Amino acid sequence: MTRIDDTFARLKREGKKAFVSYIMGGDPDVATSLAVMKGLPAAGVDIIELGMPFTDPMADGPTIQLAGQRALDKGMTMDAVLEMVRAFRAGDATTPIVLMGYYNPIYSRGVERFLTEAKEAGIDGLIVVDLPPEEDDELCIPAQKAGINFIRLATPTTDAKRLPKVLQNTSGFVYYVSITGITGAGAAQAGDVAPEVARIKAATDLPVIVGFGITTPDQARAIAGVADGCVVGSAIVKDIGAGKPVAEVLANVAALAGGAHAA
Amino acid sequence: MAEDGINSFMTGPDEAGRFGIFGGRFVSETLMPLILELEERYDFAKTDPSFWAEMDDLWKHYVGRPSPLYHAERLTAHLGGAKIYMKRDELNHTGAHKINNVLGQIILARRMGKTRIIAETGAGQHGVATATVCAKFGLKCVVYMGAHDVERQAPNVFRMKLLGAEVIPVTSGRGTLKDAMNDALRDWVTNVRDTFYCIGTVAGPHPYPAMVRDFQSIIGKEVRWQLAEQEGEGRLPDTVIAAIGGGSNAMGLFYPFLDDPSVRIIGVEAGGKGVDDRMQHCASLTGGRPGVLHGNRTYLLQDPDGQILEGFSISAGLDYPGIGPEHAWLHDTGRAEYVSITDAEALEAFQLSCRLEGIIPALEPSHALAHVMKIAPGLPKDHIIVMNMCGRGDKDIFTVAKHLGVDMKV
Ligand SMILES: Cc1ncc(COP(=O)(O)O)c(C=O)c1O
Repeated sequence: MTRIDDTFARLKREGKKAFVSYIMGGDPDVATSLAVMKGLPAAGVDIIELGMPFTDPMADGPTIQLAGQRALDKGMTMDAVLEMVRAFRAGDATTPIVLMGYYNPIYSRGVERFLTEAKEAGIDGLIVVDLPPEEDDELCIPAQKAGINFIRLATPTTDAKRLPKVLQNTSGFVYYVSITGITGAGAAQAGDVAPEVARIKAATDLPVIVGFGITTPDQARAIAGVADGCVVGSAIVKDIGAGKPVAEVLANVAALAGGAHAA
Repeated sequence: MAEDGINSFMTGPDEAGRFGIFGGRFVSETLMPLILELEERYDFAKTDPSFWAEMDDLWKHYVGRPSPLYHAERLTAHLGGAKIYMKRDELNHTGAHKINNVLGQIILARRMGKTRIIAETGAGQHGVATATVCAKFGLKCVVYMGAHDVERQAPNVFRMKLLGAEVIPVTSGRGTLKDAMNDALRDWVTNVRDTFYCIGTVAGPHPYPAMVRDFQSIIGKEVRWQLAEQEGEGRLPDTVIAAIGGGSNAMGLFYPFLDDPSVRIIGVEAGGKGVDDRMQHCASLTGGRPGVLHGNRTYLLQDPDGQILEGFSISAGLDYPGIGPEHAWLHDTGRAEYVSITDAEALEAFQLSCRLEGIIPALEPSHALAHVMKIAPGLPKDHIIVMNMCGRGDKDIFTVAKHLGVDMKV
């Protein structure tokens, strides 16, 4: 059992949907980013996705691209991302942390070394956008062996034939990307998402969380209502990018979490 | 062939799209079904005689193939050593080798029922070739081009627009070729149903590196029979040389000779201001290390933390921080050698070609020519070098004028 499994067990007992939030590590600087991160659980966040910045974020829209650039311009590194996680863990032993990003910074560090450090820092799961099941030997299998969940994305193009392959080595939860597109693009309608989630749930016992394009508490409630929870990223990152004070960022997070938890 | 215990260098990639450890399919799940479908359709097309009949017809009547293999007599005499041939792919319709590959991909796209074509471009040559073939077939064409390149390759931007393409200046990242490729991938992820991504070099996820290589291999195949025609049955080149951005014109020339051990193979990377730790160059093999970008594992210019670095070159077409995965493998196995040439050396070769041969080369093949200038004098007169003159220099005259201190404003 990882912290992710524990969290879903708790939510099930409480009869609540999961609210997952994404922020970019080191955006706009480490201190602000860490302050936001530390405030997320109290704002109602059940699982934290922490972005590892990368120069070439192929699956991200402008909002998260710019967040990564802000972080990199301030000298953000993998060391600093891991250090943020350690600092967070010093005050929070239960909230799951999922690192999200692209493969090259991990590959560059060396997969074994990265996994050892990630585990030691208190990371529970990984979402690596450019590692489909076809490349499972790279990181997915070693991560599972190291006790870190490898959370896979399923998408509207993941057809029935392919779904078993996508689910095979997935653990923790399944992240359903509700649109064909990049982060921050237009929202999906709950009515379109519901049958897709049902299709995935018929093939796995893992929780299915839906993300991409959710920006308001109402959308969070509607989407979480047809799944096991929802993810909000760009809407939070946009507030951070606009330079809003940490308290205001967290107040908006709380409103979004409230939406998801009301589902 | 026996060296390295490898029987043949021509069997790659394997089923996972790998050349040794290089290549692969490092893309998001949304794209995965699309590249699997592409692979399936390409595997079918490449053994379908009607596909190649259509290619051959267009290569001949639309592109103007075969391109000549030209003995550069005055250049040979000037350098005083090896006998130098130029493979004249700059004479192709649209002025570069890029159209060889574009035709193949667009014919495939049509067979797949795709109606919208997207492409990335650096120098603009691939963009122009794509816009051209799309115009010919009445397909919608969208070209992503780094904002910086839009400026330095203005004539090609106008060409693309004349041909009916939409040119989107890319400001994400640092606004260069790699960012244009990122934005093209983002477009593809968004428009999965009707869109075909026409990649301009031997990079990207499998099957692109192999597919683009296959389409460009017409270059090396022609060289084989053309040289035999001019030098006698069975005569192979002793050395083949080509410039490398992503590596498509080079793979096209090299591939048919990979299993001929007597043929020395040399790829020329852009050395910019010099290959040292200031990274003012684009020499991925000489100055980079293995990493994963744009769907494949290959040598990349990157910092110690795995962040991708910008290349630097006078030539927009070589300004890419990676290199096709097959080159990475040929490099590691030792089958091919890779060297680098600086901006200054390329500019000198550019001028020499103009004055001695009456051929204004693109800045990209000027790099290959500069390496010919380095090695030819030390080689015997019966040593045959074939260099790939893969593009003409019309697009570069403004850049060259600037570097030579000439003001072209009238
Ligand atoms: C004339 C010419 N040569 C070479 C290149 C580099 O591409 P590749 O290495 O794929 O041949 C370009 C790219 O724009 C080009 O225009």
